[in-house]
Amino acid sequence: MIDLDGLETRPAQTWGALRLVPLVRREPIVDLRLHAKVYGDEPSVVFLPDRTVYTAYVPHAFVASWTGDGGPAAAYGTQLGQPLRRVPVRLRRRMARRADRNRLRFLPLHLAVEGFLALHFGGPEIAWEEWSRRAVAHGLSPRAEDAYTGAQVRGLDDALKVFEIHPGQCGLLLYAADAPAGAFVVPHPEDYRALHPTLVRDLYGELVYEYAMLHPARDFPAVIDDAAVSSLADLRAEADRHEREWAGFHDSVMAAGLLRAPERVEEIYRMGRFTLSRFLPSFERKGDNHIGETITDEEGRLAYLKTFRLSEAQSRRGHLLSVLAAHGWSLPEAAAALGIDVAALGMRLERAGFGHLLRQDVLDGYRKAVSGGGRRTRRGGGTSPPA
Amino acid sequence: METYADLIECEDLLLFANAAITSTGQREFHSQAGEQRLSLGFLHDYIQGNYPDLYALTLALDVNEHNAALIIANLLRQKGGAGDARLIAWRLSRMSPPRVYRLFGRLRREGVNNRRTRAIVRDWLAGRPDLAFDAVKYRAAVKSAVRHAHLRPAGELGDFLFAPFGRARYETPVLEAWRRAHYDTSALYDLPYTVAEGFAARHGISRAVFLERIAPRLTRLERLRLAGAAERDGVRTDADLAALPLVRVASYVLSLDHRTRAERRAELVGALRASAARAAGARAGTWGTVTAVLDDSFSSYGSPVKRRRPLAVALACHHLLEALAGTYRGLWVSGGTDPLMARPSGPTPLGRRIVDALETRPGLVVIVSDGWDNAPPGLAAEVLRVWRRRLDPGGEVGVVHLNPVYDTEQFDVRRLSPMVPTVGIRDAEDLPALVELARFAEGRTGVAELRAYLEDRAAVRDRVALGERRALDDRAAPGERLTLGERGVS
Repeated sequence: MIDLDGLETRPAQTWGALRLVPLVRREPIVDLRLHAKVYGDEPSVVFLPDRTVYTAYVPHAFVASWTGDGGPAAAYGTQLGQPLRRVPVRLRRRMARRADRNRLRFLPLHLAVEGFLALHFGGPEIAWEEWSRRAVAHGLSPRAEDAYTGAQVRGLDDALKVFEIHPGQCGLLLYAADAPAGAFVVPHPEDYRALHPTLVRDLYGELVYEYAMLHPARDFPAVIDDAAVSSLADLRAEADRHEREWAGFHDSVMAAGLLRAPERVEEIYRMGRFTLSRFLPSFERKGDNHIGETITDEEGRLAYLKTFRLSEAQSRRGHLLSVLAAHGWSLPEAAAALGIDVAALGMRLERAGFGHLLRQDVLDGYRKAVSGGGRRTRRGGGTSPPA
Repeated sequence: METYADLIECEDLLLFANAAITSTGQREFHSQAGEQRLSLGFLHDYIQGNYPDLYALTLALDVNEHNAALIIANLLRQKGGAGDARLIAWRLSRMSPPRVYRLFGRLRREGVNNRRTRAIVRDWLAGRPDLAFDAVKYRAAVKSAVRHAHLRPAGELGDFLFAPFGRARYETPVLEAWRRAHYDTSALYDLPYTVAEGFAARHGISRAVFLERIAPRLTRLERLRLAGAAERDGVRTDADLAALPLVRVASYVLSLDHRTRAERRAELVGALRASAARAAGARAGTWGTVTAVLDDSFSSYGSPVKRRRPLAVALACHHLLEALAGTYRGLWVSGGTDPLMARPSGPTPLGRRIVDALETRPGLVVIVSDGWDNAPPGLAAEVLRVWRRRLDPGGEVGVVHLNPVYDTEQFDVRRLSPMVPTVGIRDAEDLPALVELARFAEGRTGVAELRAYLEDRAAVRDRVALGERRALDDRAAPGERLTLGERGVS
């Protein structure tokens, strides 16, 4: 559960299919600051501690600076007398790496995406006979997922450009055709001002890309009941009421799926009183599934948040893997849990792109069983006359 | 009896007036230059096609120079158009020369070369106070216009344009200075700044020395434009801020950083007030209680080509209304209280500020905004609706919305509410005339009055143009001026 405590929802601004909802922090967090470090356009290769390799287009990294004593920190690169050292690095080690004392470099969103890719990456723990030798030896490797950059999402660049940043704004919730597409929260308004343009370089799921192309969004115009107004003070009260209603509606309805998303939370790094962690959703079908990463303080208050909405196919894959892992990778048990027979589960695995995990002969058998059996098919390929 | 067609005509004309006052075909905050030009081009075609008799009359309104040039080009392109030549001549005489030359260039490129066009080009060139000076400053443009209109410039000018080095010396001082500037470094200071700059670069004269000596030749706008750059070289251009149009001063003030604004506060505020007082003229202090709601949200930044233009218009209106009103209050949307330190940032909670404005119990509320009300969206419209319906059904408080930005999708400036008239604004000096025009936008006066208003304005301008023409003919004594004769068609 993501807690947006301390962040106030302000009226949304729409552009094309996109609705941008600003989040304003009454009191900014001063002892943790973020700063973007822009990389080139070349693909990045990240070596992970478990000896796996993560390859992706990583446009930038974030550098988090914090102070141990709660005093104000300065965003890295903005301190006096410490020029930004430019080191052209393409190969990187770890998703989150300490850059200095009290400074951490991490790859935003890729941290979460890597968490999703590494889900049950080891493959079957028990070598049931259906699994291929490769699945047992190498797990799911190589595992790949696709996403769109913000520049490909229609209208996102213009929407960010014409967006009017509120004073004290520390976050933004992005909706494509009123489906939550992503959330972005930072500790300090000045960090937000600096990082607002980086949103166009981030990753977005397939659903966001398609919705942005197809479904225009409308403003929710304010409506005042003129029967309730007899003076200017009433008019002002009505305006306040409208604003409260919008904030309430947004937090409880529009953002509900996003805020409920975290199911499995993994702690990545502790920095002073803050904790960097990433989360995976429950992979509930027919709901919105978001992966993401957060920085929270010791009381669980949100300092940083970035999420990525999984596409339908991606959540299906996550769902399948979770169910399999929960049943010790045993196909009959998993099929029983899903309420289907084993052959249908096999076909579902193949459609999800995991066909190579099953032994070829087993898979062929499932295919035959599902398509109605081989008895009716002659060697020549023609169908036999009904018996 | 007003018919439906009359209403549509009235609406179309006001829509066109708003567009022609605000749009300059340049990029705006919410739309690109291409979209602006496409939208505006369509609107011109639409009005010219449906109301051919009124299209020329719109020149008499305070349409901006970009649109005036567009209208003139469209009129001249039209076959068999007549009767509007005097209006065209009047408008051309009020346009800046570079823009007129650009229009002539455009007519040449598009192959518009009928007798009317040639006569208009000839008359305009004949009316220039010093054509030799123009020939030096806008050499290529003058040459192209002369060629296009089949003119044969008398005396030295023809040689200067078409065979400049054929003569050993010129009698006209500015032409002679141009000839000598090719080898004599002291002669180039008698040339206009833009021409002299090229010669200075060719002779390798240092920037500081050049600026120091060319300073007396600078035009008002060049003085302003160079003020910052020249000061770095230790040269003062003595830009006279107070003498400039109000929005121009406001744009200059907003281009300075906050520290400079604070340091030069007295000077800048003085210039804004002086310019506003000049614009207000005899009307100063006659408008009663006025409250203005001024938009300084992020969208008032405009675009890189129209930097802070909407904000400059708001700042200019602030000072003009201050001069016009007996009691005045200016409310900035961001809540700022120091207009000199205005900067475009933040959202547009227009609705709340309008409530604040109505609370001051004014006689007139003027809203200067691009109409993108977004915090929350549509609140301004609701506030104005409820105010008119419930709280002030008699219409004691006048509300006018002035919008400096043309919205390409609506072919109009963006409106806040149907209850409140919205008019486009470009120069703050037009504000009194626009509030007059807003009368029509409210829908209380019909198309007959609007037509009468347009024709009346056009007639006044016609008479002015005629008077000027007569004065010009009287002034032109043979031998004294560079005369232009039409080249015989062989």
